[in-house]
Order: sequence, then C-alpha cells, then structure tokens
Amino acid sequence: MQSYVQIENASMVFSTKKGKFTALTDINLNVNQGEFIALIGHSGCGKSTLLNLVAGLLDATDGVLLLANKEIKGPGPERSVVFQNHSLLPWLTSFENVYLAVEKVFGDKESKAQLKARTTAALELVGLTHAAAKLPGEISGGMKQRVGIARALAMEPKVLLMDEPFGALDALTRAHLQDELMKIVAATQSTVIMVTHDVDEAVLLSDRIVMMTNGPAATIGEILTVDLPRPRERLQLAHDPAYHELRSQVLEFLYSRQMRPKEAA
Amino acid sequence: MNAITLNDRSLKDVMDAPETTPLAASQEATPVARRTPLFETESGKRFIEGVANLFKAAFPPLLGILFFVALWALIANTNKSIPGPAETWDAAVVLFSDPFYDNGPNDKGIGWNILNSLYRVGIGFGLAAAVGIPLGFMIGRFDFLNRMLSPVISILRPVSPLAWLPIGLLVLQKAEPASIWVIFISSIWPMVLNTAAGVQRIPQDYLNVARVLNLSEFKVFSKILFPAVLPYVLTGVRLAIGVAWLVIVAAEMLTGGVGIGFWVWDEWNNLNVAHIIIAIFVVGIVGLLLEQMLMLIAKRFSYD
Repeated sequence: MQSYVQIENASMVFSTKKGKFTALTDINLNVNQGEFIALIGHSGCGKSTLLNLVAGLLDATDGVLLLANKEIKGPGPERSVVFQNHSLLPWLTSFENVYLAVEKVFGDKESKAQLKARTTAALELVGLTHAAAKLPGEISGGMKQRVGIARALAMEPKVLLMDEPFGALDALTRAHLQDELMKIVAATQSTVIMVTHDVDEAVLLSDRIVMMTNGPAATIGEILTVDLPRPRERLQLAHDPAYHELRSQVLEFLYSRQMRPKEAA
Repeated sequence: MNAITLNDRSLKDVMDAPETTPLAASQEATPVARRTPLFETESGKRFIEGVANLFKAAFPPLLGILFFVALWALIANTNKSIPGPAETWDAAVVLFSDPFYDNGPNDKGIGWNILNSLYRVGIGFGLAAAVGIPLGFMIGRFDFLNRMLSPVISILRPVSPLAWLPIGLLVLQKAEPASIWVIFISSIWPMVLNTAAGVQRIPQDYLNVARVLNLSEFKVFSKILFPAVLPYVLTGVRLAIGVAWLVIVAAEMLTGGVGIGFWVWDEWNNLNVAHIIIAIFVVGIVGLLLEQMLMLIAKRFSYD
C-alpha cells in the first residue's frame, strides 16, 4: 500500500545568531492513510519542528515531504493544525472561529446555510453546541482546545496535525478529551500526527509511536507499533499487560537509552 | 414501636381537634403580616451595603479634593492677588449661567471658547489619525519602511509642539490653520508609534492560523491584523488626544482668535484671575472627559 504522508531524508537547519543549528537530520517516515502517529521525545528534540515541516509552516532545509504524492509547499488547509495553545482568535466567538476555517475551505462551492451547518456539526462533534456564541475568553481551557479541534476537523483535512494539544490541560480534562478524540478519529477515519510528551497518551491513542533521539541533530530513534485492539478503553488498558509492556518500552527508550539532555551535557 | 405510637397519637390529636389546624395557620401568618423593618429586608440590606461601598470608593478621592481646596484657600489667604475657592465659585456661577453669549469677536461666552478649541483639536487630531494610523500599519508591516522612517521620527518626535508654530504660520499664512497644524504634528507620533508597535507584536500564533487557513490578504487584515492591533491603536489615540488638548491652550495663546487658550490670555490682560483659575479647571475637566471617553471605547475592544 502506498503511504499517504512520506518524509524522505528531511533535515532542518536554523540559522541563528550563533551560527547554524541543526534541529533535525535524516528523518524518514511513512504514514498510512487513517493511521494515528504519535511523535514523542524529550523537550527540544525537534518533534514540533517535524510537525511544522509537515504543516508547511517551516520549509525543510533538505529532503522531500509528500502528501498523497504531492510535494508539501507551504501551509494549507488540507493539513490543519491543532496548536498547543489553541490559537483561537479572541475577538471571534467559537462559532465564528470555526466558521472562518469552514468558509475558507468550502466557501467557493457551498451556500451560506451549508457552511453554517458544517460549523454547527463540527461544534456538535466536540460537544460545544451550547458555547457557540461565546468568546474564547469566556470559556475554559479545555473548551478552547475543543474549539481548536473542531476548527481543524471542520476543514476535513487530509492530515490532522496536533502539537501537544492537551499539554496545557489538567489531567481529568485531558483524559476526557483523549477519549473524545479517539471517538472522533474512529468516526472520521482521520489520519493524525500528534506531538506529545505524555507516554500514556501516546500508547493510548496511537497506532505507531515515533520515538525521537535528543537534539541537536535529532532523528527518529525507534518506531514502536501499538497493536492494541480498538476501541480502546482507558480502564481496561490499565489492567492489560500488553499495554504496560508497550508503555515500559517507550519509557525505556526515553529514560535509559535517551538520557535527558541535561544529564547528557 | 415508639415511633408508631407517637404517630398514632399525633394522628389522633389531629382527628380529635380538627379546628386547631386553621388556628395554627393563622398564627403562622401573623409574623408575615407584621411588617419587617425596611433595613432587615434583602433589598434593604443590599441598599445599605451599596451605600457603604459607594462611601468606601468615594472617600479617598473626596478627601484628596478637600485637601486641594483647603491648600488653595490657604494660599489665597496669604496672597491676596489669588482669588479663593468661594470667590472663584461665584465667578464660575456667573460665567456658566450664560455660556453662549456673543458680544463680538473678542468677547464670547465660555461655551463658544470651549467649542472652538474642541473644533480645532478635532480637525488637527482627525487629520493626524487619518495619516498616522495607516502610516503606523505600514511601518509595522514593512521592516524596510520601519528602518527608513525610524531616524526621522526619532528626531521629530521630541520637538516641542510650539516650535512647529512658526513653520505653520509661514506656510499657511493664517492663525487658524497654523494652530491646527500644531495639533496635527504633535498628536500624530503617539498614533504612528503605537500602531506600529501593535502590528509588530501580533502573536505569531494568529499569523500561523492565517497561514494554515491560507486566508486572503483582506481576511487577514479584517479578521486578524485589525482586531489584534486595535487596542494599540486606541492607546495611541488616547495619548494623542491628551497631547492635542495639552497643546491647544498654548497654541491659542500665541495665535489668538476664539478658544479657551486665547481666553486665558485675554483674562490675564484683564487681570481677571478668577477666570484664569476657572479656565484651568475647564481645561482639566474637558481633558479628563476626553480621556475617559476613549478609555470606555478601548475597554469595549479589549479581549484580555
């Protein structure tokens, strides 16, 4: 089967005041359609940089990135991003924030009523119909992140890119949103690449976990296939030896083979 | 078992004496019929609380004003050429009882003077906004323009507003447009600089959203740039109107005509010190009102 997202020999070099800084080198990754990929690694390992390369917010210094056999050049709505800090426009209501994206993607082909229906449906998907008329400043952090997810999903992207989407949330809200995300992804068959630093989140949500070595010049250290059957239940997994085995494999990679950057230095 | 017997008994009591029930009801009703004192009701308590809060909020400023007036009275007492608060108040009552009289170009009511000054400030400030805000947007957006204009602005900005007056008189030949020119040139800088700073400080997140969505230039401006920069623009406008109002008095003293600044100078020539003090208060209060009005607008567009 042809891979959907192909990353070949990608590298990223930033020019800083102190000279060249190689963030990523020699990245090779193939993602299948409908697959859920988690990128995990210590902070500063360039996992967000890799996501931004796929998003097109950064241009790879070297190598090729393809989506459905087309080269990725610049950002575009077919690769929607859920940002770490929600990035909602504070002067627009939840509805308007989502509508802005919907209008951009479908505005040429569809009537206003259809666009509004899409927006409403996206908010319903994340359970926020009641907060449609609220400004971001009036809703909780978890709700803002859900609006961000609704905005990204409403664009019907080929790939959904998530940059530590639940990192800023408390544990209970995070668990709740992870469960919701699993249901939504199962329903929409989305292809997802998610950056995370949470081992449990990676094992719970993904089909494969891409573990990255420490920067500078970070690369993919190991890829772990998570073959736990879906739908996955948080509580059942807590007693599942296979889950714990996968979890300890990730932990082993992160803490024993890839020391924290501080200790390595 | 005890409970059952108790229940039985109470049931029996009720059955034996059915007429007690309406009696009890009427007894319960009496306390309601007796009127509770006003200050024990919920709304009464809230009223008292509100008055107390109002007093707490108003006390420090009132005390400050009281001290100020007392100091003024003290100074007026030692220096007989300065009229005291009571004398000034009496003069103000006379003055404001007929604010819009018109006895020729050099003798108009205080209302006309204020309106004329406000008109000049409005024109000069409006022109400054029309030029300064778009210029600020462009400086913020294009780094080249920023670096090109920065040295010029840095040199011109600290110049005292009145230093521009001779140039205005020379070029425009008349007093009226010259004072408007002074307002323009002194109130444009805060708007240019604040708008530019606002554009430069738009969070990268918002621009990333615009890039991922591939928004058109028009949408980027109307949905992201403009609302994100608006609070900065309004801060610039607020500072600018403060400067403009500050400058108008001095400009009118030099150029003459009808206006609060010229009025101050005129009353100085008449040696009517009470009117000069009234003018100081009028200038202060009008400036405060202008500022408060813009603060209200700014609050409406703040999303923090």
